[in-house]
Amino acid sequence: MAEKEVKLMKGNEVIAHAAIRYGCDGYFGYPITPQSEVMETLMELKPWETTGMVVLQAESEVSSINMVYGGASTGKRVMTSSSSPGVSLMAEGLSYLAGAELPCLVINCQRGGPGLGTIQPSQGDYFQACKGSGHGDFHLIVLAPNSVQEMHDHVALGFDLAFKYRNPAMILADGAIGQMMEKVVLAPQRPRKTQEEIVAECGSWAAMGKPADRERNVATSLELQSEKMEIINKRMQEKYRALEENEVRYEAIECDDADYVIVAFGSSARICSATVEMAREQGLKVGLLRPITLYPFPTKPIAELASRGVKGFLSAELNAGQMVEDVRLAVNGKAPVEHYGRQGGMIFNPEEVLTALKEKLINK
Amino acid sequence: MKETLIIAGFGGQGVLSMGKILAYSGVMQDYEVTWMPSYGPEMRGGTANVTVILSDKKISSPIAHEFDTAIILNQQSMEKFEPLVKPGGVLIYDTNGISRHPVREDISVYSIDATSECAKMGQSKLFNTMILGGYLKVRPLVKMENVMIGLKESLPERAWKLLPMNEEAIKHGGEIIKKR
Repeated sequence: MAEKEVKLMKGNEVIAHAAIRYGCDGYFGYPITPQSEVMETLMELKPWETTGMVVLQAESEVSSINMVYGGASTGKRVMTSSSSPGVSLMAEGLSYLAGAELPCLVINCQRGGPGLGTIQPSQGDYFQACKGSGHGDFHLIVLAPNSVQEMHDHVALGFDLAFKYRNPAMILADGAIGQMMEKVVLAPQRPRKTQEEIVAECGSWAAMGKPADRERNVATSLELQSEKMEIINKRMQEKYRALEENEVRYEAIECDDADYVIVAFGSSARICSATVEMAREQGLKVGLLRPITLYPFPTKPIAELASRGVKGFLSAELNAGQMVEDVRLAVNGKAPVEHYGRQGGMIFNPEEVLTALKEKLINK
Repeated sequence: MKETLIIAGFGGQGVLSMGKILAYSGVMQDYEVTWMPSYGPEMRGGTANVTVILSDKKISSPIAHEFDTAIILNQQSMEKFEPLVKPGGVLIYDTNGISRHPVREDISVYSIDATSECAKMGQSKLFNTMILGGYLKVRPLVKMENVMIGLKESLPERAWKLLPMNEEAIKHGGEIIKKR
């Protein structure tokens, strides 16, 4: 077996490497701090000379998401990345992609908001990613990496899930994960899909030239007959139920005997895993449940912890309290659920979270 | 082994690169590493800092609220980070531009006059590797051979001709660092 390729890299840089190695066909983006290294790294690596992957700087985020729509319509593996304000500009495109059931990968390296806000890390786009990425009844598949290695791994996972369910997938990272460097093991280079492979996989829906033996494929979200539109809506809902049934991913740290459980994702989860270590040293039975998929949300494992008698949950997020709503729905009144957060690009430290846990739950 | 280090100074002093060289050296020594920079407008002329963690175990939080070692390269950083060194920890500082020297008695304090030493040599660009050399003398956590690989991996190929000069600077830094 070939020796593992271990590198030291930023989360944003590794997205570029992972995309090329996965066999991605195209990247369309527009620069914004703190994620600009994604396109910068792609431009440095020049994949158009090796794998044939297209890398293009569009004139705006609106343009890049619509280029993604075009590429995805032909069954190609295409992606874009941005940070919070840029992702807001993509909201219309995301809704159209979901409506036309087109697979693609979008990375949001979040910064503080609202508006232009700050360029420092935040998790203020949880609602946007999980509940309101655009108009209409739809969901994105939302992945929350907590390390540079997971930034790498989630590129492949995101594309695989997007194609399996014909639905846009989003990696919801933040400035901390994007700018941080860590050790990462890079995947071996995979060839891009050949046209024959794309026809075999996506021939039933992708627009890539009409053969004589079938009707033409049209990538559209438009259906003016309500009876037909409702059937499409229902089929999409079935897809979401299947995602909720089959694709929930999470990590449970020290949860088995925990009296109190912190729920945190992404960079917050890294910080809170140190909180768990500190709490355990003080003899407090604290665990951490880390959603890896934010949609589908790990409702069942949280509900099970509540049923087994966990005395309280703390949702620790770099926002004013967003995921906490999903934790409350999962716990369903069986135990108190509190939120602790920082905003504006401020990041809590492990000790701060432990203090909040004591004040809000343990010493109550 | 777990070393939580903050390097803090002005943008342009090579703070982030110094952290990257150390982090890459740690990777070469099979440590787990994290490198968490301050980023944004402060890099363009203002203060810059980076937290580097080296550990033989998986690193939980890349964000720290106290440090085993602080390398301090300007007065603002002295104000901010001297109080955050763990009791028994290490503080290393460049004496240039420091108006208030460290006051804590419960930590080991080292000074290194790398600014004037580099000026003497006419090589201001060697500042950060000289400081790194001082640090490695006090905290010999990575082998010199791994530091050299880290240095090479951190530099673009066009700068590899500067490797011998930087190796000398690292060695020299180890010679000129002084305990308070």
